[in-house]
Amino acid sequence: MISDLFTVTVFVGILASGIRLSTPYLFAAIGEAFGQKSGVLNLGVEGQMLLGAFAAFYVALTTGNLWLGLLTAMLVGALMGLAMAYVTVNLQAEQGISGIGFYLFGLGMSDLLFQKLMGTVETVKGFPKIHIPGLSDIPYIGEIFFSQNILVYFAYLLVPIAWFVLNKTTLGLKIRAVGENPDAADSLGVSVARVRYFTIILGGTLSGIAGASLSIALLNVFQQNMTSGLGFIAVALVYFGAWRPIGILGGALLFSFINSLQLWMQVLSIPVPSDIAVMMPYVVTILVLVATVSKVRAPSALSKPFERGD
Amino acid sequence: MRSRLNSLIDALLPVLATLAALFVGAVMLLILKVNPIVAYAALWDGAFGSTNALAETLVKATPLLLVGLGICISFRGDVINIGGEGQMIIGAVLATWVGLNFTGLPGWLTILLSMFAGFLGGAIWGGIPGVLKAYFRVNEILSTVMMNAIAVQFMNFLLRGPMIDPAQAQAASQIPQTARLEEIFRLPRLAPTRLHLGALIAVILAVLVYILLWRTTLGYRIRAVGQNPHASRYAGIKVPRYMVLALLLSGAFAGLAGAIQVFGVNYRMITDGSASGFTGSAGFNGIVAALFGGLHPILTIPASILFGALLVGANKMQRVVQVPSALITALNGLVVVFVVSSEIIRRRRQRRREAVAKRDDETPLTGNKPISQAEAGS
Repeated sequence: MISDLFTVTVFVGILASGIRLSTPYLFAAIGEAFGQKSGVLNLGVEGQMLLGAFAAFYVALTTGNLWLGLLTAMLVGALMGLAMAYVTVNLQAEQGISGIGFYLFGLGMSDLLFQKLMGTVETVKGFPKIHIPGLSDIPYIGEIFFSQNILVYFAYLLVPIAWFVLNKTTLGLKIRAVGENPDAADSLGVSVARVRYFTIILGGTLSGIAGASLSIALLNVFQQNMTSGLGFIAVALVYFGAWRPIGILGGALLFSFINSLQLWMQVLSIPVPSDIAVMMPYVVTILVLVATVSKVRAPSALSKPFERGD
Repeated sequence: MRSRLNSLIDALLPVLATLAALFVGAVMLLILKVNPIVAYAALWDGAFGSTNALAETLVKATPLLLVGLGICISFRGDVINIGGEGQMIIGAVLATWVGLNFTGLPGWLTILLSMFAGFLGGAIWGGIPGVLKAYFRVNEILSTVMMNAIAVQFMNFLLRGPMIDPAQAQAASQIPQTARLEEIFRLPRLAPTRLHLGALIAVILAVLVYILLWRTTLGYRIRAVGQNPHASRYAGIKVPRYMVLALLLSGAFAGLAGAIQVFGVNYRMITDGSASGFTGSAGFNGIVAALFGGLHPILTIPASILFGALLVGANKMQRVVQVPSALITALNGLVVVFVVSSEIIRRRRQRRREAVAKRDDETPLTGNKPISQAEAGS
């Protein structure tokens, strides 16, 4: 019933699962933001996430060690990032299209490995909820914010860290310079190639974690194409958040709260067709893009290959 | 003579890129302890080994070609359309609705109306991101991806609800599919195989798209906007309008691909809840085919056949050597990466040729020298 939606328990439930659902978006989108800040559009996030999700799940399943699974996912993501960096920096390939190539590769490869190494859908016991002593006892607030799995806390820590690195460190300055005016950065002795390698590999690593957060923390299964567009949404969130970590956090929360609301509406069998409800986050994202995008400016060198000495 | 040789080498680059991808595939097969020669032989046999196999390859190539034609238009206009999946779905939905409801008309007329409906559906679904890009500066890569997700849910909703097969609506199984099209409303077959008229339509349209892009003002303007929007604006071209048109037309061809998939192959719409359940990922693979064909409508024909063959052959390969056909998806991805990476070789060769030409005859080439991609991007 629709009135069920307005009870405190349901409300707390929606908020708590909204916070939880935002983790993969946060990891992937903040990684993507580093790349875009340095002028590289990585559309392969979805593929990196899928491979990361599989790697984490498979290692966790076979060794029973979740941390080893997470580490493998990071490694796989970093390797995908390395390949992407070589293709876009050294070979100066069109970024949007090569990203689609990496997406298809990750999609096919994770499916292939899944079918060959596992064959059937299995489950693992993912990262457990950690109740932060004291804080998790606060009514409502505790359940929403302080009773989540470890990756959720990492994701939220990542937001201020990313902000700090991008805005308050020399490295961040270099990243922004390379993304705004690579020629000037180059003439000041900043290696455009090295900075972009760093950001793309970092982005890949974070995408790997994003995948792992799905397969060994949120859902605790691996299935073919289990990300189903999540990586592309993460790219959209970077635009949505105007390339700022705090904006990305806002976008990720909005998206996951609507998603969580939609899931709860199904649980409570509120008579809205579930397909229409699932559609809502996408519609809202488009509408918010329309409302916000024209007010902010993308990094000037975004998606442009850099060539020295022109 | 030399220029012809040069363009031949340039044209061969995608072929080399494919061979490289197949080589990586061979290594992967070896890791899976499968003899790559046996696997690739099965792939070839599955794609070209018999009349039926060849027909299946062409049936699979048809939506790739149609989506690819749209991609030729939009990418030439520097608009990246990733929304082929959604545009196919909406085109198919509209076409199916016409085919199931306009049953009082002669068969050919209903088919014609349905094809037009498919074209229109795709045009709407491509036109929306076009307007968002041209007038609200919303990145089209993102909006088309979102539109894909929306289209899938819309399809699932319709096929489970308003458009569900009346027989399924009463049955316990409730399979999300529409009713079957009556026989007179199906696209005629061309041979005693599953090959249908849609393949021929697609080839004719390839020629028409070539004419559109290189022999009409509309096509010229779309390409001009793609190459240099600033210069186009100064030349008096209304840039936003041609951005919208590029995406709209691109979507229309994908929509037609969806309609033809229903009227030529399945005779109904059916969903497994995902986009690829209906499209077979043609919305993505069409991009691959068009890129492979150098964004040239005519060259996209053989490119589509190649990728159609890979997809059909993959099924046979899966049966013979038990390697999941997902391998081919991964290899398609590698082909894309290798093709765009090999562009640098073409650009470098071109620059060297220009340098040589400059040295040979002392007249500077500044006036109308071809714009290389690096320059166009800066």
